[in-house]
Amino acid sequence: MPVINYVEFNGTEHSVEVAEGVSLMQGALDNMIEGIAAECGGCCVCCTCHCMIDPQWAEATGTAGQEESELLEFLDTREDTSRLSCQIKVTAAMDGMLVRLPESQY
Amino acid sequence: MNTSTQCIIIGASHAAVQLIISLRQNGWAGGITVISDEAHLPYQRPPLSKAYLANTVQDEQLALRAPAAYEKLDISFKLNTRVTAIDTDKKHVHLDNGDLLSFDKLALCTGARARPLPIPGADLNAVHYLRTMDDVKGIQASAATAKSAVIIGGGYIGLETAASLTKLGVKVTVLETESRLLKRVASPQVSAFYLRLHTEEGIDIRLNTQAAELMGDQTLSQVVCADGTAIEADMAIIGIGVIANTELATDAGLAVDNGIVVNEFAQTSHADIVAAGDCTNHPNPILNRNLRLESVPNAVEQAKAAAASLCGGEKPYAELPWFWSDQFDVKLQIAGMNQGYTEAVVRGDINNGRSFSVFYTANNKILAADCINRPKDFMLAKKLILQNIECNSASLSDEHIELKSLLQ
Repeated sequence: MPVINYVEFNGTEHSVEVAEGVSLMQGALDNMIEGIAAECGGCCVCCTCHCMIDPQWAEATGTAGQEESELLEFLDTREDTSRLSCQIKVTAAMDGMLVRLPESQY
Repeated sequence: MNTSTQCIIIGASHAAVQLIISLRQNGWAGGITVISDEAHLPYQRPPLSKAYLANTVQDEQLALRAPAAYEKLDISFKLNTRVTAIDTDKKHVHLDNGDLLSFDKLALCTGARARPLPIPGADLNAVHYLRTMDDVKGIQASAATAKSAVIIGGGYIGLETAASLTKLGVKVTVLETESRLLKRVASPQVSAFYLRLHTEEGIDIRLNTQAAELMGDQTLSQVVCADGTAIEADMAIIGIGVIANTELATDAGLAVDNGIVVNEFAQTSHADIVAAGDCTNHPNPILNRNLRLESVPNAVEQAKAAAASLCGGEKPYAELPWFWSDQFDVKLQIAGMNQGYTEAVVRGDINNGRSFSVFYTANNKILAADCINRPKDFMLAKKLILQNIECNSASLSDEHIELKSLLQ
């Protein structure tokens, strides 16, 4: 199973296995990682599962779709590598990926 | 913290899942038992009428957490089990299998149930309600062979179900007793849009139409309306709203008034009992009034307040309500609540296409926004509402003026 390295804003690291096909959001929720709210449960509606993908993994995750980009655009904590974790399904190519979480989802 | 203390949560809901996670995060070291009359571990309810009914989401994807997550948190579940009474003096609950379970702290996450339609024939085969995963499995079984369906109720559940059944190839007729769709929750402008959308998608919407009787020999064959019209139908779904599950609280002597009455800390009138989610009537400091909401974000945020209270802390619940609905290729995002608006300002073309927003204002302040396929407007509307920013209707309706320029 691919290992995803989630890093909370305070620096706490969580290296956890997430099955292929499961979203980065669900992987964080199932492992009780703080920093992902996921109010809508992964429907690309609420913008509370925001994360930053380490640039070297950008190819593996692809880029945000239009809907996702519009939600992200006015987020106070937005960075160049910001994504919504509900829109990224884990693949074998993401084994070892670094995912940083913002200070707040609001 | 004492490891022998017991917390019982009634209802395996969105609120319950957030409650157990927040309890552990807040250091609750005692036992946590979740009691549910359903057969399933907690699952997401919003997709039931949408992607789950349309077969694009499977059972395991509906789970709110993987089963292993509950093992790690040391949570015990009593499924297929109903609480029949709460004894607040002896601090135990009675279960329908005759057992008693003691608690130190109790959380009511009992949610709501579908409102029954009191007309003849509502108990026929192929007549369904839509509230639980098992309800939807029943609807899918009927839809597998059905050519036509009648949906009774033109609210969000009815319209989402209409869209999903259409995707499955079923011919749908929607009956709405009011003069417009979504009358309880949407403005006339948005109601008119949804009428256009569903009509364009081939759904037969009949307003001012009341179902009087469901007829058939064991299985539904037609729906008879109050005006005598009969509509042939292989299945029917009743979506006429919900009733909050407050009976246990009432019987236990807790304060109940259109929901279990709680304060901003999700505390009921009993010191050791909290409540969260659709079943509560709670104060909202942003809207400055009490309300009962049917909404996942409300359940989740209120559960965080409830968990803090159970652990001896204080985390007031104060969130702007928001909602969403998926129908066909239209995603509606609603920020705030529009009660009391004096003007509905449309941004974009409401009469053609499927992308616009409606801002509900009073005294040049935005109370709420309905955003149709406009996620950017939704995000900005939330900020404009929460920051209580003055904006005139001319700048809201003029698409040459960027909404973000209104933020101070």
